[in-house]
Amino acid sequence: MIFAVIMAGGSGSRMGNSETPKQFMMLGTKPIIVHTVEKFFVNSKFEKIIVMSPKTWVSHTKNMIEKNIGKTDRIVVVEGGSTRNETLMNSLKYIEENYGLDDEKYVITHDAVRPFITHRIIEENIEAVQLYGACDTVVPATDTIVESKDGAVISNIPKRPEMYQGQTPQSFKAKKLKDIYESLTEKEKDELTDACGIFVKKNEPVRLVRGEVFNIKITYPYDLKVAKALLEEETDD
Amino acid sequence: MINAVYELQSPRMFDVTYKELNIDDGSVLIRPVFLSICKADQRYYQGMRSADVLREKLPMALIHECVGKVILDKTGTFKTGEIVVPVPTIPEENDDVVSENYLRSSKFCSSGHDGFLRDYIIMTPDRLIRIPDEISLEVASFTELVSVSTHAVSRFEKSAHKRRDVIGVWGDGNVGFITALVLRYMYPDSKIYIFGTVEEKLSYFSFADETYNVDRLPDDISVDHAFECVGGYGSQPAINQIIDIINPEGSIALMGVSENNVALNTRMILEKGIRLFGSSRSSADDFQKAVDLMSEHKELVRYFEYLVDGIVTVNSIVDLHKAFDVDFKRNFGKTVLKWEI
Repeated sequence: MIFAVIMAGGSGSRMGNSETPKQFMMLGTKPIIVHTVEKFFVNSKFEKIIVMSPKTWVSHTKNMIEKNIGKTDRIVVVEGGSTRNETLMNSLKYIEENYGLDDEKYVITHDAVRPFITHRIIEENIEAVQLYGACDTVVPATDTIVESKDGAVISNIPKRPEMYQGQTPQSFKAKKLKDIYESLTEKEKDELTDACGIFVKKNEPVRLVRGEVFNIKITYPYDLKVAKALLEEETDD
Repeated sequence: MINAVYELQSPRMFDVTYKELNIDDGSVLIRPVFLSICKADQRYYQGMRSADVLREKLPMALIHECVGKVILDKTGTFKTGEIVVPVPTIPEENDDVVSENYLRSSKFCSSGHDGFLRDYIIMTPDRLIRIPDEISLEVASFTELVSVSTHAVSRFEKSAHKRRDVIGVWGDGNVGFITALVLRYMYPDSKIYIFGTVEEKLSYFSFADETYNVDRLPDDISVDHAFECVGGYGSQPAINQIIDIINPEGSIALMGVSENNVALNTRMILEKGIRLFGSSRSSADDFQKAVDLMSEHKELVRYFEYLVDGIVTVNSIVDLHKAFDVDFKRNFGKTVLKWEI
């Protein structure tokens, strides 16, 4: 059984330009989050699309989805936690409470603000997670990555051909993700902000899935400008 | 939803673009499974159209031959997972006399309107034809080409006189092969003669009563009616040869596309009272006829399977170029794309 977990961020509590989380910004004729959720909604392999939302925005997210996609029991909006990992754990808790947690439950986790995800990336995540237990969507690094431990001088320059930039989806066997996370110390939990990092830390293999350069994350106003430029005004119908 | 559309920007240059797709209550969303390259796509890809045409039509997503899977139907017509073929002709008006594929107002996917190289295709249910299990997906991918033949044969049926002892098909390529097969099964009592130029290709037409090399025709040969499936520079000699040997009052279906004007022996057209009629593309009804014909005659599907000469799995734009290159080198058969992009 495969679940999509859409990670919607933002903690602001007021409407208005500076406080509105990016997933509610309009792209074309719909909010970004609606474009993203639709991509998973139209894939029948997903049992449920679990949209994780900050507490304040749960009702608003529900309204947005219902208004644009319609009433459906395949999409549920669930309250997130205070960190990305806690939010992820809340999604697993939802699955556990409603379906039970076993080795046949998989989660495809994706940022709400990456609406350019393609059918192929989703399909390859589903395939890889079922075969290997965990996978991460990446693109080869085009810029040289420079490491600096003190933020002042370079401590290392890793070989570029071995470097990749992480995107989402990140996909996992749900039970394994929960078990590994719960085995971490509080200090490790604080340090490990990336779910794939949790697997790597525990020497669990994470398979690479080829992403796309345009699978961008809309975080800053600049990104929204790029996204709007990418999206042609012509509609595809 | 944001849909990825793989457009030909200029000859031999594809790029992905993004277009908003609105799934309203009257629409069905499908995911392409297999697509097939047509000569018309190849002409755009190789830049073998005039500069004016390329300037006017590009950028545009190519390919109008496709079979897909229904992934969401807001109309309740199809079940999720059903296999369907989309009709590339999109009519904008109803006309009681003129078929939708001849209306100047109709849109055609991959000629002035995006073709099917997309992540998802949105259609109204009347533009989708169900494919039964007995037709393989690879063959279903070029149902459109079969429907072009069933369309031409339906037009022939309406206007040609009833003496159909011998029907000739000029052209030993894919269109000739499919049209000859459609004729074979629709007119089992008629003799089907094939006229071509390449002995090897003519040998594939084992179902025909006779095959002839156009340069070595017997003196006493004649046909009651003819289908011209040659096109290009070969159109002119082919049509004039038909005019020479066709019996009086015979009908000639013109199916081959030529970029140039064609000079014809009109004196003999007049003297013999020959009927020439053009046939291009097809309507949703013709698609249904093609599917019904394939369902009724299983061996027809087996013959069409001969045409599937190369399946290219497309996972990236690089693979898309590979598919068009493979297709360009092929002198017979269809290149089918397994759509995994």
